[in-house]
Amino acid sequence: MKPHLTRRGLLGLGVGAGGAVLLGACGDDGPNPVVGGGGENAQPAATNYTGPNVALTFWNGFTGGDGPVMKSLVDKFNTANPNIKVTMNVYEWADYYQKVPAAVSTGNGPDLGIMHVDQVATNAARGVVLPLDDLAKSLQLTESDFSPPVWQAGVYNGKRYSIPLDVHPLGMFYNKKVLQAAGLDPEKPPATKDEYLTALDKLKAKGVQGHWATPFPFTGTLQFEALTWQFGGQLFDDKATKPLFAEQPGVQALTFLTDMVKNGYSPKNVAQDADLIALQNGKNAFNWNGIWTINTLRAVKGMEWGVTALPTIGTQPAAWAGSHQFVQFKQRTQDANKLQAGKVFINFISQQSLEWAKGGQVPARKEIRDSPAFAALKEQAAIGTQIDNLHFPPSVPGIPDALATVDTAVNEAILLRKEPGKALADAAAKAGQILEQNRKKYGG
Amino acid sequence: MVDVLETAATSTSAPATRAPRRGAGLTPYLFLLPYVVLFVTFTLVPAGYGLWISLHDWDYLLAGKPFVGLDNYQALFDSASPVFDFFWQSMQATAIFTVFSVPLLVTVPLAIALLLNRSFKGRTFFRAVYFAPYVLGVAVIGVLWRFLLDPNLGAVNALLGAVGLPDDTAWTTGLPWAWISLVGVTVWWTLGFNAVIYLAGLQDIPRELYDAAKVDGAGRWAEFRSVTLPGLRPVLLFIVINTILASSNMFGQAYLITQGAPGVETRTAIMYIAEEGLRSYRMGSAAAMSYLLTLALLLVSMITFRLFRTKD
Repeated sequence: MKPHLTRRGLLGLGVGAGGAVLLGACGDDGPNPVVGGGGENAQPAATNYTGPNVALTFWNGFTGGDGPVMKSLVDKFNTANPNIKVTMNVYEWADYYQKVPAAVSTGNGPDLGIMHVDQVATNAARGVVLPLDDLAKSLQLTESDFSPPVWQAGVYNGKRYSIPLDVHPLGMFYNKKVLQAAGLDPEKPPATKDEYLTALDKLKAKGVQGHWATPFPFTGTLQFEALTWQFGGQLFDDKATKPLFAEQPGVQALTFLTDMVKNGYSPKNVAQDADLIALQNGKNAFNWNGIWTINTLRAVKGMEWGVTALPTIGTQPAAWAGSHQFVQFKQRTQDANKLQAGKVFINFISQQSLEWAKGGQVPARKEIRDSPAFAALKEQAAIGTQIDNLHFPPSVPGIPDALATVDTAVNEAILLRKEPGKALADAAAKAGQILEQNRKKYGG
Repeated sequence: MVDVLETAATSTSAPATRAPRRGAGLTPYLFLLPYVVLFVTFTLVPAGYGLWISLHDWDYLLAGKPFVGLDNYQALFDSASPVFDFFWQSMQATAIFTVFSVPLLVTVPLAIALLLNRSFKGRTFFRAVYFAPYVLGVAVIGVLWRFLLDPNLGAVNALLGAVGLPDDTAWTTGLPWAWISLVGVTVWWTLGFNAVIYLAGLQDIPRELYDAAKVDGAGRWAEFRSVTLPGLRPVLLFIVINTILASSNMFGQAYLITQGAPGVETRTAIMYIAEEGLRSYRMGSAAAMSYLLTLALLLVSMITFRLFRTKD
């Protein structure tokens, strides 16, 4: 197994180095003149494309139930635009983020792709994705069409590099039968700290551990981040010059989770996915999980479940969310027609994002989120109510490296190997060094 | 074909004997050429290139790749650097895993090979059974055991509980249990490979030696010590070296079963190097770590060779 991986890694390095020389030759200094407008093919708006036939490649990591939904949207687009042919390729996200930069650097990159919001700045700094300011301008998209944090998350160094497609926040999933058996109202899940702790006590009295606290990033770290914001804290300062997650709000947040274990609301040593499996088996009552869990639970026969916004444990409502965003990749030679066609595609899918929401997402576009048709998607709409309380990490290259230290702290604390304060302080010391390293590497 | 060659060889005299010798001078190299080309392209050049990378602050997509000399190596020995703790922690994880898995992977397959070498009914079936797990990919066995070993919901703890043993062992999240799980799973998964090599080695030991031992009145144990073990020595050397290297490169099991938890205790060197190089794009630093790991493995391999040689 291993030699294979190493070889792939080495090949990646080799290929990349070859490409890097070429990239250097292209000159990596800001937006391509054609992109900036004023090129001979520049058009006033990216809503239609009238040039010669073009073929576009579109890569993403929609390997789950979301894949077929996106595929059908692509088919719809191809039918509506006979002069543009979009081909979609799907990779595991982890592979995707390694493959795409290597492909771009060798000139074999796709035209269009999807990126998670916390990856955009890194890929912008590494010259993988192109600025999209003109697209936003020509479509007259503004912050008010989305929601401020989602819209701002795609901006790096004063330029926009991505257009939001969706947000996927955490929600609180609950097993109605388990709540009922403990004498709780399954139609009125707890919304405050007091209500939540009361419910957990009632469940405990019935022998149910109601909040399985997972020590793993999915979704232990995500719960920690949500709680940190709820307690009024931040993970980093706005420019990500230093970590703030080890300050009082962060410690309160992590202590809340470790108390779940210490007070017997959660078993010790919860393994990956055990919290969600236990929810399905009726051994767990509440699970703070991503909106994608809607699809998982729908597939469970005979389970009665509901989902709502996270309860407010701290001083204000807040939730973790990810966001899929559209990007255009840098090519060795820019083709104005392809760029234009790609923008038409992004606009089309963005407008169709109600269909996308049905696959288990909250549309990023406000008009669609506010439509009665979205309200009819009960579960998605329930999670979507948190749209104004979502936070994203600062748009700084290399931020995932610093965030990885939080995973370790959450793991150590919830497994009761370190006190929350100590675990976070240790992680923050590391994160500070990593941020500094990245500042040196990416500049700024 | 053979006939033609033989006639050619027997019917020719002095001048022709020189021709084959000149051919023999070049032929072996021609045969080696395809391998050498692959070796140079995919091992030697990347290895040299890696050394070059390790002297730079290297991200293949960034225009500036400043030369930093030995800084990447120095950082690995500087306790104030961001990589110091993580790197040595991961080296320690790799060492723990290797120290505990190698003896088991050398001895258990030998015992199984000895059993499977005897003639009994259903022998072929059992040979297949012991080899079967090795056919599975690491992703399959990783996910499989992650669920079986789940501390709260897994089958292993449920079975232990059913027979009255503790049913709350943290197989994947606690220490030393995580190591026991990783070593156990790896032994179960790969012992078939070593067993097959042993089996081949056992069948190479001449029967007469066993007959002679019997004549000398050797018992089972004496026979094993004086005939089987010496007969297996070349195979043993191969298995020991190969197992040490494979164990030091452990990645998939820890990545899937424990995710490096608790904390980063079971994050192996290869896991950390991959994170540093491929996720954080600090390839210079990752290359330096790889070279240090390589150096360590080279040292261990040399010591092993030396140990086997002094036995001669």
